[in-house]
Amino acid sequence: MSSTAVSARAKTGDTEETPLLQVRDLHVEFRTRDGVAKAVNGVNYSVRAGETLAILGESGSGKSVSSQAVMGILDSPPGFVTGGEILFKGRDLLKLSNEERRKVRGAQMAMVFQDALSSLNPVHTVGTQLGEMYRVHKGSSKKEAKLKAVELMERVGIPGAKERVNQYPHQFSGGMRQRVMIAMALALEPDLIIADEPTTALDVTVQAQVMELLGDLQREYDMGLILITHDLGVVADVADKIAVMYAGRIVETAPVHELYARPAHPYTRGLLDSIPRLDQKGQELYAIKGLPPNLLRIPSGCAFNPRCPMAQDICRSEVPPLHAVTEEDGRPLPGRGSACHFWKETLHG
Amino acid sequence: MASPVSAVPTEDAIEAAVEKPVERGEPILQVRDLEKHFPLTQGILIKKQVGAVKAVDGVSFDLYQGETLGIVGESGCGKSTLAKVLMNLERATAGQVLYKGEDISKASGRALKAIRRNIQMVFQDPYTSLNPRMTVGDIIGEPFEIHPEVAPKGDRRKAVQDLLDVVGLNPEYINRYPHQFSGGQRQRIGIARGLALKPEVIIADEPVSALDVSVQAQVINLLEQLQNEFNLSYMFIAHDLSIVRHISDRVGVMYLGRMVEIGSDEEIYEHPTHPYTQALLSAVPVPDPSGREGRERIILSGDIPSPANPPSGCRFRTRCWKAQEKCAIDVPLLAVPEVFRGQDTPAAHASACHFAEDVDVVGAS
Repeated sequence: MSSTAVSARAKTGDTEETPLLQVRDLHVEFRTRDGVAKAVNGVNYSVRAGETLAILGESGSGKSVSSQAVMGILDSPPGFVTGGEILFKGRDLLKLSNEERRKVRGAQMAMVFQDALSSLNPVHTVGTQLGEMYRVHKGSSKKEAKLKAVELMERVGIPGAKERVNQYPHQFSGGMRQRVMIAMALALEPDLIIADEPTTALDVTVQAQVMELLGDLQREYDMGLILITHDLGVVADVADKIAVMYAGRIVETAPVHELYARPAHPYTRGLLDSIPRLDQKGQELYAIKGLPPNLLRIPSGCAFNPRCPMAQDICRSEVPPLHAVTEEDGRPLPGRGSACHFWKETLHG
Repeated sequence: MASPVSAVPTEDAIEAAVEKPVERGEPILQVRDLEKHFPLTQGILIKKQVGAVKAVDGVSFDLYQGETLGIVGESGCGKSTLAKVLMNLERATAGQVLYKGEDISKASGRALKAIRRNIQMVFQDPYTSLNPRMTVGDIIGEPFEIHPEVAPKGDRRKAVQDLLDVVGLNPEYINRYPHQFSGGQRQRIGIARGLALKPEVIIADEPVSALDVSVQAQVINLLEQLQNEFNLSYMFIAHDLSIVRHISDRVGVMYLGRMVEIGSDEEIYEHPTHPYTQALLSAVPVPDPSGREGRERIILSGDIPSPANPPSGCRFRTRCWKAQEKCAIDVPLLAVPEVFRGQDTPAAHASACHFAEDVDVVGAS
């Protein structure tokens, strides 16, 4: 069984145009008192305009840290980008000065955070905070900025925007606050939005509203969207392609339909199998045994091996590269990759 | 300022809420017209009540021996307050909680202590519900201090180790502290503590929502296995509808302090008749991308109203697409809707809506 490791470019499945964002072999570590935690260990992905990439993972998988590195908002120290490239429209962001980086951030790429209440400043009105985007980046006057803020709030569906522009964040409900966050991210019409668990703190009925809004805006402005989440349901609803992360690595990439239909990594399969299904009522749920690894002590070889039902000796000694996944007869499956020594058995078996 | 507290219709159909007793035996817990209002006061020296947050407002249901009743609803619907009132951690404002026929909502002192032994709780957050300065042995053994009759002093260490074994933890961990465990393991410690007094009813308030996806299934399996082993009755509060469906025999849906629909899992998930249940089910993201383009979603407008000043009549009417004049005037009772009464259909279950309709929602299944 000859393994077919592929180059970084082929991994992401890109061929023609240059993608909006390309992350290549990104490494991030946290230097803590207890040792060095390797949060991201060689991650590759790309996003095109108008495309939604979902990064799926549990806490500690490196999904948020990798996107903080992309945005340039990593807490440093203790976090350090120790290697790799972040190409945004062909420019390596890691080589830019802080000042240049700041201009990109907000204007060309923006982030929506999970917890809108703690991401908004409680002592300024929502209008001031929205208007700040225009005053700082575009040098608008206060009056102009406020008008723009009202416009934005209307755009994201906040009723009574003219009155509410003068209210403070605590006067908004959770769903409305998240809309304010989206409005802020949208203000300068960025090309890329990174949404880190944008709906986790919201109730399902409100979650549906917010996800719909994000999707509509993305289509309208033809933005790239990176959606970071642990929710297999949200991913299935909105993503075009998925990168599954485990212990700082991407273990599987695939277009959304294929990932759910035929996972090629035992971790992905385990996650999908542990979703309660109708015909399993009264039976035991499938559960991945064990616990996610401690990043200070990532298991040797494949990080998933202590929890994997298929693990063999090779899994304990050799780190599996991201193999290009193919059909049984060798036909390529574009965009698919699996970091498992036994991806063939997982996919076809 | 605040509008006068409107008279709460306590005729909330006790009879109607009691579903047909299909070979379930005696209910172990009967809840009747339960209310919990938190007063809103004004003034610093002279406090004056200006209103009340009606967190739980006239809830009735039964819990049978060995069954799991799932309670779903959005934040602020009163599901956690309901749990606290059942535990007597909060005093009910009105209504009854009958444990084996005995009203426990007004019990105090010795009687309350005796009852508490039989109803235990598992909390949501395994990080804050365990005392960081106590060892696991002390945490799980603490209930024995309060109820020494369950395990005599000499046997306690052994009893704690047995409990650790039951919940799938190594009995040698007895002297470790909570921070040495992961989230899933801590939740197991919380469950072991809940089991210590051999209760009959366990109220689990979002027991898996703080856990990683790959660990949730482990804890759900443990809860089910314990239920079979000890014939426990669960009240399982959660917002994850697919997990609730998996574990529950019956499901109750709450909205703004009221139970709006209750029935077997099939009745609620396959034949929801209340518009709120339908919206809730359709809003849940389904972990299956096939057919996502064709899926019809009911997207509710607006947010849940304040429980301090709930809408008149049907509380859901402000967000409901079916609302008519009648909904603003008459409070719909939780009963089998008239259209389905006497029919042999899964849609014939208790639903508090004037315009109940059996709609097949492709939702969380």
